[in-house]
Amino acid sequence: MKIDSSLPLEYSTEENRLKIFGFWIFLGAEIMLFATLFAVYFTLHTRTGSGPDGAEIFELTPVLLETFLLLASSFTIGLGVHAMRLGNKKAMMTFFIITLILGLGFLGIEIDEFFTYVHEGATITTSAFLSSLMTLLGTHGAHVTFGFFWGVAILIQVARRGLNPQTANKAFIFSLYWHFLDVVWIFIFSFVYLKGLIS
Amino acid sequence: MSMEELFHPLQEPMILAAAISIVVGAVVVVAGLTYFKKWGYFYKNWLSTVDHKKIGIMYIAVALLMLFRGGIDALLMRAQTAVPDNGLLDAQHYNEIFTTHGLIMILFMAMPFVIGLMNIVIPLQIGARDVAFPRLNAVSFWAFAAGCGLLNLSFIIGGSPDAGWTAYFPLASTDFSPTVGNNYYSLALQLSGIGTLLTGVNFITTIFKMRAPGMTLMKMPMFSWSILITNVIIVFAFPVLTVALALMMLDRQFGTKFFAMTDGGMDMLWANLFWVWGHPEVYIVILPAFGIFSEVIATFARKNLYGYKSMVMSMVVISLLSFLVWAHHFYTMGHGVMVNSVFSITTMAIAVPTGVKMFNWLLTMRHGKIQFTTPMLYALGFIPIFTIGGVTGVMLAMASADYQYHNTMFLVAHFHYVLIPGTVFGVLAGYHFWWPKMFGFRLNEKLGKAGFWFIAISFNVTFFPLFILGLDGYARRMYTYSASTGYGPLNMLSFIGALGLAVGFALICYNIYYSWKHMPRNEKADVWDGRSLEWATHSPVPEYNFAVVPTVSRLDEFWFAKKEGRDITAGKIEKIHMPNNTGTPFWTSGFLFLAAFFAVFSLWIPAIISMLAVFGFMAHRSFEDDHGRYISVEEIMETEKSLRGDK
Amino acid sequence: MNKKLSLMFLAFGAIAILSGCEPLTVFNPKGPNAQTLSNTIILSIITMAVILLVVYVLFTFMLTKYRASKAPADYEPPHEEGSHVLEITWTVIPIIIVAFLAIVTVKSTSTVETTPEGYDNKEPLVIYAASSNWKWHFSYPEQGIETVNYVNIPTDRPIEFKLYSFGPITSFWIPQLAGQKYAMSDMLTTIHLAADEVGSFMGRNSNFNGRGFAEMEFEAQSMTQADFDQWVKDVKANEKPLTEEKFKELLAAEHVGRSSYSSTHLDFSPAPMAHGDMDMGGMDHSDMDMSDEDMNHEDMDHSTDAESTHSH
Repeated sequence: MKIDSSLPLEYSTEENRLKIFGFWIFLGAEIMLFATLFAVYFTLHTRTGSGPDGAEIFELTPVLLETFLLLASSFTIGLGVHAMRLGNKKAMMTFFIITLILGLGFLGIEIDEFFTYVHEGATITTSAFLSSLMTLLGTHGAHVTFGFFWGVAILIQVARRGLNPQTANKAFIFSLYWHFLDVVWIFIFSFVYLKGLIS
Repeated sequence: MSMEELFHPLQEPMILAAAISIVVGAVVVVAGLTYFKKWGYFYKNWLSTVDHKKIGIMYIAVALLMLFRGGIDALLMRAQTAVPDNGLLDAQHYNEIFTTHGLIMILFMAMPFVIGLMNIVIPLQIGARDVAFPRLNAVSFWAFAAGCGLLNLSFIIGGSPDAGWTAYFPLASTDFSPTVGNNYYSLALQLSGIGTLLTGVNFITTIFKMRAPGMTLMKMPMFSWSILITNVIIVFAFPVLTVALALMMLDRQFGTKFFAMTDGGMDMLWANLFWVWGHPEVYIVILPAFGIFSEVIATFARKNLYGYKSMVMSMVVISLLSFLVWAHHFYTMGHGVMVNSVFSITTMAIAVPTGVKMFNWLLTMRHGKIQFTTPMLYALGFIPIFTIGGVTGVMLAMASADYQYHNTMFLVAHFHYVLIPGTVFGVLAGYHFWWPKMFGFRLNEKLGKAGFWFIAISFNVTFFPLFILGLDGYARRMYTYSASTGYGPLNMLSFIGALGLAVGFALICYNIYYSWKHMPRNEKADVWDGRSLEWATHSPVPEYNFAVVPTVSRLDEFWFAKKEGRDITAGKIEKIHMPNNTGTPFWTSGFLFLAAFFAVFSLWIPAIISMLAVFGFMAHRSFEDDHGRYISVEEIMETEKSLRGDK
Repeated sequence: MNKKLSLMFLAFGAIAILSGCEPLTVFNPKGPNAQTLSNTIILSIITMAVILLVVYVLFTFMLTKYRASKAPADYEPPHEEGSHVLEITWTVIPIIIVAFLAIVTVKSTSTVETTPEGYDNKEPLVIYAASSNWKWHFSYPEQGIETVNYVNIPTDRPIEFKLYSFGPITSFWIPQLAGQKYAMSDMLTTIHLAADEVGSFMGRNSNFNGRGFAEMEFEAQSMTQADFDQWVKDVKANEKPLTEEKFKELLAAEHVGRSSYSSTHLDFSPAPMAHGDMDMGGMDHSDMDMSDEDMNHEDMDHSTDAESTHSH
């Protein structure tokens, strides 16, 4: 395997470059997935049946907290990749751990949010609006959850094997995934919560 | 669910007979493998392979099996409707059959056939040693196979889906389809859809990043172009299906209200989601056929493909437009003149680039030297017959006219006139064309030609009458009709045609057996005097594809190299890096199958446990430190020497 | 190759002739909207036939002139990149054809989606056509009567069918009078038509909706205004009013014959709102959904469940 040391570790082999390119294509598919979920949401979000609408159940505080946590985690993973590029394994791992903890915090608040809705009688089966809201949020949350476990697996591999072309490649691809989820969240925050609370 | 409910389909004698024959078949295979002590070989060389060529062969094997099953469905339908008030099949059984016929033919016959040919040919055509992600490729196949297996299980255990391959809501909701049939639908299609999506990622990366040195995109063979564009469509269309199927499962099994008749649900939403995926899907199966025809026509007219740039451009335009036409599948849904007009225009617009391709194929033949081999016959049969499908498509595109055509046999005739002369002829042409490359011997020409003529003529006898019946008010998906309608004679004619089609396909299957027994082995590598790189390597192809990766400077480099007396594969042999086989994709998909199976019956705990096993395998794969192996120069030279008799 | 092609054409011709002396249903229109569609379809067939002819002539020419058996043994086909002129030709001409057909489409679609020409001086007769598995309920609010599985209309007057469904999406279709349209549970759709002459026409649901789909036919009969008025009088005089209980029974049944009633179900089970009205008062709409949809929905549950366990 030829290693091009003029490139960052994650790009340094042919296989690595292929994997990063392939992952971008996969992100294209993920964009279509979330676009479809958004389209479903926008089609159904006024169809509340006998249940509540967004303005009645959305609470700004937890949503702002979730946003802060997720955005901060994108920042910390950026720092982590930067540290990785500098070859600083310890700093990279520290930033990645913080990222995952922030993600866990996000998930905790979101789970609490869902429990609150259910407690108020707004369940996924109450109306088309709620079905589409919770499926959109839930899919995003499921992606974050999967990401958490994926991130842990990568951390273990970096801890054991150090920073090499393979582990760097995995960590970088994971960061792409994590940033993507953050971008999706920004859309959710703006077009689901904010829009729902304003109108 | 009681055992009786679970196995209720077996109460039908025909289903029981089919189930028994499947079980017997499976027992024979298992017994054979055990007796000949081939389990090890089978696992090492097929179940755990990551070789794109072997994966392609497995795809095609499944496709042929499914062609058989879907064909039996078709024969049963045609037999039932051959005479009015026929009692061969009752309504429920007929409904299950036309549903599975559609699902199987499109998703488990056409798709794997196309993806199989894609797998075998693309790396060879672009001068690559493998696809970008060989292990992911294996996952694609096994996930597809799991979905295929799951759907095929339905007719024995629990009952087939019966709401049409389009599964419109509310019909497909638990209110009107309470059995698990449509759970099989949402889960089996989801599984195979994952496989297809991963294929999309794999082949886009392969074609963009792994072409032979000097092969710019505009110097790539037309089949490779068609596959690149097809996979872009896959990446953008399949996620929509993923969402639609997930929402279907949620509605059916968790009581959500996406497509419900109450609480704000919108049944029309399903139709929209389904067809936003569904229309690009039919372009996914036709564009590769177009690519195959480009190769075959150029090869057997012994002339370069006319209008290369136009041919590329037209496929790009078709793929873009394919996402803008979906509402033409339900012009009658009452959304008004404006919306229908827009979609009529976008739909008719697709005829323009398609026509461009037709004329370029015709002009390729002009001044050519046309040889009527079996693959060429399929390509030639395609031109006049598919055009009928194409022009009836333009007719259907006119929204007002569609108010009379919609849901009639006219529509059924149209789509069979594009799918069979298009996709099926395409894959049959490709299959005959590339068979010697895969296996080192040719399929018998006489049998091949006989198969073609039976199919081509019988196809028209089967489906042309349906245009007339549709215009006479005969709706589709009707299990019977009364004698007073007068639909009898043409239906009988159609049935006779179907019998002819059966003979044609039987000849194709027989050809495999006959050729395997009688055709000479050690066929030369360049059987047809071909134009593209796959013909430059041996038949059958060694594991590493090319001992020396050829350098390319123009389109059809191999063709010109032959004219100039140059050996395109000459060069220094170096050790070659190959990935190792792995059983993980097979096992992962096995547990995915189990998870989906349990989910069909709402057995959530076993389903979750199976999914945990899937995640376990994924984690195992992540922690794996397998960097493949090297094939030494000595080994390569040995292999080349032993294969060189072919050249 | 040539002989086989001409054989195929002969076969097509035979089929076309043999299919019957009476014109096909779609080409046997009895009303202005169906007539418009018939004309549109015939125009498109002619246009497409011209295209087919061009392709077939070129195809036959290429095959007969350039087959290998006719060429000298040492003939080497030339390398031909392409031709810009030809590409432009076979792009522009199809665009023109498509543009032409697009205009025809927009015009004919607008025509059939409004009251037919020549009938716009009269007030349209509104008839609600609601489907339930597997029958049609026709409510005539103007006359205050209801029929099941048959509908009578007067000639000389525009008709507006308001379509909806108590269950799966169905498609209301009387091919000799008009094109079809979907009937759905959460909104109302409209078909405009008129009958030019007296007659009996086949009507059916053309959108698959389960086991009883094939039998979901009805008769549409057009009669003179006088005959129609007389018939309405007869129904009002002789038939019982439609009670909520009777209606529930009808909804729950799978296949019923014809029946007539001297009142409609719209009083106790109003139709959903038309498509355009849906955005206003979202709450009300869903209330309506729940009251009639839930009621019928339950009934249909029982029948389908019962049937499915029995038939398997």
